[in-house]
Amino acid sequence: MRVLAAMSGGVDSAVAAVRMAEAGHDVVGVHLALSRNPQSYRSGARGCCTIEDSRDARRAADVIGIPFYVWDLAERFHADVVEDFVAEYAAGRTPNPCLRCNEKVKFSAVLERALALDFDAVATGHYARIVDTPDGARELHRAVDPAKDQSYVLGVLTQEQLKHAFFPLGDTVKTEVREEAERRGLAVAAKPDSHDICFIADGNTPGFLSEQLGESPGDIVDAQGNKLGEHKGTHGFTVGQRKGLKIGTPAADGKPRFVLDISPVDRTVTVGSREELAAAQLTASKPRWCGPAPDSELHVKAQLRAHGEEVAVTARVEGDLVSVDFDEPTSAVAPGQAVVLYDGTRVIGSATIDTVSRVAAQHA
Amino acid sequence: MRGNNGGGHTLETVMTASERRTVYLDHAATTPMLPAAIEAMTYHLARTGNASSLHGSGRAARRTVEEARESIAEALGAQPSEVVFTSGGTEADNLALKGLWWGRLAEDPRRRRILLSGIEHHAVLDPAVWLGRHEQAEIEWLPVDERGRVRPDDVRRAIESDPESVSFVTLMMANNEVGTLQPVREIAAIADEYGIPVHTDAVQAIGQVPVDFAELGVDAMTVSAHKVGGPYGIGALVVHKETKLTPILHGGGQERDVRSGTLDAPATAGFAVAMEHAIKHQADEARRLTELRDALIDGVVSTVEGAKLSGDPTERLPGNAHLSFSGCEGDSLLLLLDARGIEVSTGSACNAGVAEPSHVLLAMGYDDQRARGSLRFTLGHTSTRADIDAVLENIGPVVERAKSAGLQNVGRNT
Repeated sequence: MRVLAAMSGGVDSAVAAVRMAEAGHDVVGVHLALSRNPQSYRSGARGCCTIEDSRDARRAADVIGIPFYVWDLAERFHADVVEDFVAEYAAGRTPNPCLRCNEKVKFSAVLERALALDFDAVATGHYARIVDTPDGARELHRAVDPAKDQSYVLGVLTQEQLKHAFFPLGDTVKTEVREEAERRGLAVAAKPDSHDICFIADGNTPGFLSEQLGESPGDIVDAQGNKLGEHKGTHGFTVGQRKGLKIGTPAADGKPRFVLDISPVDRTVTVGSREELAAAQLTASKPRWCGPAPDSELHVKAQLRAHGEEVAVTARVEGDLVSVDFDEPTSAVAPGQAVVLYDGTRVIGSATIDTVSRVAAQHA
Repeated sequence: MRGNNGGGHTLETVMTASERRTVYLDHAATTPMLPAAIEAMTYHLARTGNASSLHGSGRAARRTVEEARESIAEALGAQPSEVVFTSGGTEADNLALKGLWWGRLAEDPRRRRILLSGIEHHAVLDPAVWLGRHEQAEIEWLPVDERGRVRPDDVRRAIESDPESVSFVTLMMANNEVGTLQPVREIAAIADEYGIPVHTDAVQAIGQVPVDFAELGVDAMTVSAHKVGGPYGIGALVVHKETKLTPILHGGGQERDVRSGTLDAPATAGFAVAMEHAIKHQADEARRLTELRDALIDGVVSTVEGAKLSGDPTERLPGNAHLSFSGCEGDSLLLLLDARGIEVSTGSACNAGVAEPSHVLLAMGYDDQRARGSLRFTLGHTSTRADIDAVLENIGPVVERAKSAGLQNVGRNT
């Protein structure tokens, strides 16, 4: 098979590429240039998108002995990921840009171009497993390394996309990947993991959003509408957030307060207790199913944010709408994040969270 | 088939492009070393001696260097003392521009205008822009037509607007991307009327078209060894005896104090062999390459819809075929041809490996899309009819495929 290995310059994608080449595939390495203004050197813990990362990727490709090219996806990435990210925050939601990138860039723009250029598949260094079923379908499963599992951000992939995808690291733990890189003389073996959001160079998301959206001061209130403090813009908040609320006076009961709701229209951030935060139900839309769309009530597990815990749920799908009831009240359910449904280790699909129903509100 | 079970295969079994028959059509990037040049260089690599030393070993090395200098000078129609060895074309260009700038300014502080074309190689463009930024040089761009040619009249006009303020003129003999030959001799004659020095980058021209330093009438000329079948890492600036050049590398005072640094005697020997060969066979090679090149151009233009030749149809390097393809990206074409063992260039500069549209094509008035949909095929001494046939066999399907991959990355405009 002719396989395009997306190489960020990090250790994971380098080992993914070498594994594809060893499996006998005709592999070509491609570094995706995603930043419109790439910096020369990486700073902090980021592991992609600088010129140095591009050179690391090329050096790894040379060691593996595969051709290497750089594809300029900066405009596409900006339009589909960065602008969406900013717009979602402006609307009081909390987006996951990695998920959007996989959906719109890596397994869409890149995959389409790869297929047009005679490739059969795209391989990445994501930690997730693809399992071929006897009837020729493909399933997406969690990686064996729970600490590295990235199936959540791949939950947007459809059957067609999965059929052209390879995740060669899904059955390996990270330490083994580093050892393998070391063994093969890949200089990226000891390169730090990338964290944070790749297009925010200094890791300061609120700062980035303020730059993009400016300041729009408003009130911080409690569920009864009493003003507790002020803020510089609703985009600085995420539902479930506890730190950085900067409310002068403590709560009457002395317990911590959490963001319950963000309303950009009247520039209000509502806070309340852990009990008030607890959610009973969510609704989500724009579902993406890894296989056929489920048509009945599902008693499955759901993950509500990257690296979040699984919770038991009952999900119902009606066309483009998904409603999810939590078996137990659940905190930190943020609109804009994806709810990814799992059957055991298998990813069923995902949808974007629109609304959250609180336990407290239902009892009121 | 999953790629994660490792095991049976080793890296050595992975097929790489170099194991296939390679159709190398990127001679303007570098051309294979001539066996005779490798032999000469290898012979001297095994011998010790610093050409600046006074003992026997030093004398032997010096003899090697001076014989190489004499033979290169003779091949290029220059005096041996006019040949200054450098680390390559880029250093020679830097020495010419900065050396002329400071040399001319020391004589007359009014000389602040540098006249150059927008299609020069980056090794000329960038030092000029650097002089503009750091030394307050006034960069004056000479216009080029749609074939990439500078008109002598434009040079005359630029000079005559204020001859006293011109530092120097620099204009390449032949463009490295589109292969257009420049009227360097006419322009040197015009500049000479006003005593203004002219530098030419002749890196691409040597061995392809006749080059005679004295006859050209320029004051400085850049040449490079690895473009004519010599080793990497050595070139020369041929500088007229009376031209004042301020050194940019200071140290041991080698090369008449113009370029310090221990001379690479083995490289000069390889360079000389290659240069002699290139000049001796230039006429025959030009005829042979012109025929192959035209077969390539005619074959592609007549079979691929939307394919167009860039540059001048006749006033071009014998080995250069620069073609644009509408509706697809040069990057895609390069990738697909590479996968078929055909090695060409998009001719564009890279930043983080991201292709920018060529400054040469933009200067020639191309729009962004046509500039990005271009490929440069350059032929050289190892090129054969079979290479051309391989291109003609593959180019149709490759262009079709590249078109289906589309132009999605075109339009990067920041």
